Amino acid sequence: MAEFNMHILVCGGIGCKASQSELIKTNFKSLLNEYGLADEIQVLLTGCFGICGKGPVVKILPDNTFYTQVTPEDVAEIVDEHIIKGRKVEHLLYKDPVTNEPVIDSNGTNVYKKQIRIALRNCGFINPEDIEEYIGRDGYSALGDCLTVKTPDEVIRIIKDSGLRGRGGGGFPTGLKWELTRKAVSDQKYVVCNADEGDPGAFMDRSVLEGDPHSVLESMAICGYCIGADKGLIYIRAEYPLAIERLKIAINQAREYGLLGDDILGTGFNFDVEIRYGAGAFVCGEETALIHSMEGKRGEPSVKPPFPAEKGYNGKPTNVNNVETFANIPVIINKGAKWFSSIGTAHSKGTKVFALAGNINNVGLIEVPMGITLREIIYDIGGGIKDGREFKAVQTGGPSGGCLTKSFLDTPIDYDNLLAAGSMMGSGGMIVLDDSNCMVAIARFYLEFTLDESCGKCTPCRIGNKRLHEILVKITEGEGKPEDLNRLRMLSNVIKDTSLCGLGQTSPNPVLSTLDNFHDEYLAHVTSSSCPAGQCKALVHYTIDNEKCTGCTLCFRNCTVGAISGEKRGPHYIDQTLCIKCGVCFEKCKFDAVLIG
Amino acid sequence: MNKIKNRADLRKLQSEVQSKIRLREDVNHPGNVVQIKVSMSTCGIASGAKETMNFFTSELNHQGIDALVTQTGCMGYCYAEPTIELTIPGALPVVYGFVNRTKALEIIEKHIKLNEMVDGIIPVTYSTIEI
Repeated sequence: MAEFNMHILVCGGIGCKASQSELIKTNFKSLLNEYGLADEIQVLLTGCFGICGKGPVVKILPDNTFYTQVTPEDVAEIVDEHIIKGRKVEHLLYKDPVTNEPVIDSNGTNVYKKQIRIALRNCGFINPEDIEEYIGRDGYSALGDCLTVKTPDEVIRIIKDSGLRGRGGGGFPTGLKWELTRKAVSDQKYVVCNADEGDPGAFMDRSVLEGDPHSVLESMAICGYCIGADKGLIYIRAEYPLAIERLKIAINQAREYGLLGDDILGTGFNFDVEIRYGAGAFVCGEETALIHSMEGKRGEPSVKPPFPAEKGYNGKPTNVNNVETFANIPVIINKGAKWFSSIGTAHSKGTKVFALAGNINNVGLIEVPMGITLREIIYDIGGGIKDGREFKAVQTGGPSGGCLTKSFLDTPIDYDNLLAAGSMMGSGGMIVLDDSNCMVAIARFYLEFTLDESCGKCTPCRIGNKRLHEILVKITEGEGKPEDLNRLRMLSNVIKDTSLCGLGQTSPNPVLSTLDNFHDEYLAHVTSSSCPAGQCKALVHYTIDNEKCTGCTLCFRNCTVGAISGEKRGPHYIDQTLCIKCGVCFEKCKFDAVLIG
Repeated sequence: MNKIKNRADLRKLQSEVQSKIRLREDVNHPGNVVQIKVSMSTCGIASGAKETMNFFTSELNHQGIDALVTQTGCMGYCYAEPTIELTIPGALPVVYGFVNRTKALEIIEKHIKLNEMVDGIIPVTYSTIEI
């Protein structure tokens, strides 16, 4: 049996693979074979290291040497110098981006790790169905601390000093919210956890509840202690069966262990949590609509004030916080406000969890400190754009947010900067778009979503969005007029100004933001009836370049509607009257002979 | 389980759990075992994490290898599901991505039995705060 004493890890992530990392691996293997070292040193292909901008990456164990931008030709030097003579190849070493010094031993340093897990600290680490594993990770010690040695006002002070802001999207200071609910006078108060995560492509809250449900329960109890509530409610959508199941297990275990229920930890404090199911209406993520839905009424928002802190569930003072907000609380109590506020930017503290989706290589759940740039997220964590295409925009904030373009790639991400850039933090969905995405179609997609999800209570949202959507459909079908662009803007502003709740007030954001950032693309649709990205089917037609066509018949054989004709080895043609613009011929052609016009 | 009646009880349980984990990871302790954590959140399960977990349990059992197979939440590498974390006593945990039956068997045969890593390791791209 071979006993390897050294490992060479070659990154096999998509980015590095594109720059010949497989050849690098082969070169290592054959060279080690030549030296007779194949039994001592193992060469492995790994997943993505996340610093794709500096790829291909090679890491050598056990000395934790981190080489970047390695070419297949560099392999000989690494083997001769590092492996044989034990001298590190300095010019290939990863350089610290701040000091620009080569990093000799990457162990223990997180130089290339841009992510810090706070809210996700236990996700993927503990068994979510075993309360003892949570307790082993300091679980419920923050609650114990608060109940035995801290007054509610002291706890609220810590949360306020930490600078934690609501992670559901609005960014309201959490400590202030708790204080307002604490000040309200009533015989009964409630703590509500908003787990009605509805943005398309967002799954942060689901992941927290599935991976670490106790952190939310613990925080809700802490919140109950602070505001003077003995009842907590989790409003979660029925579409999250696994999260619900794990929450139920967690609640039962916590009761069994005496961490929920009466006289918690012998302090006389009572607190229990119940689950309430939502039917998946987007508007129920809005706190007043959520409360109405929990009361068994229609999930419609109502005018604020009164805020839930004064008059919420059953007319009693209610504190509503999002799942991720709660997940941060125990750590803040345990490690202190100062520690937490040392992470992030001036007005946005801590980290934010994002669900990275769309045309990006490493789709995933990430947690990054506030103030990180989009460029770092996309290229250093996300592994870059799929298929080597060009970055176009990132949609943040879901249907209420907007698009961030190339010019915002280096803007530090926090609540205020995103608002200033015409988007918003939102709950953390981040959809990456490339040059094959038509921005008018994107705006139309989000409008379709809000149209479906509008509760219909107020006119601007119910009818305004319908009209807005109609105009967008017209434009994407090539029937738009230049004056439609002004109409879009005017109507959007009216809807924003006159809608009742957050859903309506923000629903035109995707339209306004794409109009601002991609005006040329809208113009192309309405003036020359063309879709530059080639996504709007009505505006696209496929033709075959006679010169390039080899007559391989591949397109002919794959066309589902028989729109392509032509002789074998002779040029082929597309009958525009039959073509349904499915794009199969374009995808299948190996000679780039199919053109999109 | 007796109820945790006060803060001292909670601390006691916490240190019990922690020392249990330390023992499990202590290379010199006879009770230490190979640990496999399977990322079982919705995204993992949708990509076949349940089958992977069942396979590990039955195959390790079948081969008479003492191991602790548990489930955990999302590790964040949704693009590479199913993902697992393997800890051999005395060694640092290693994360593998795209672990289907074939990969799982390779991991058992090579990494668990011969202590030889195999292709498909996912480098950890984040740091988790110290608890």
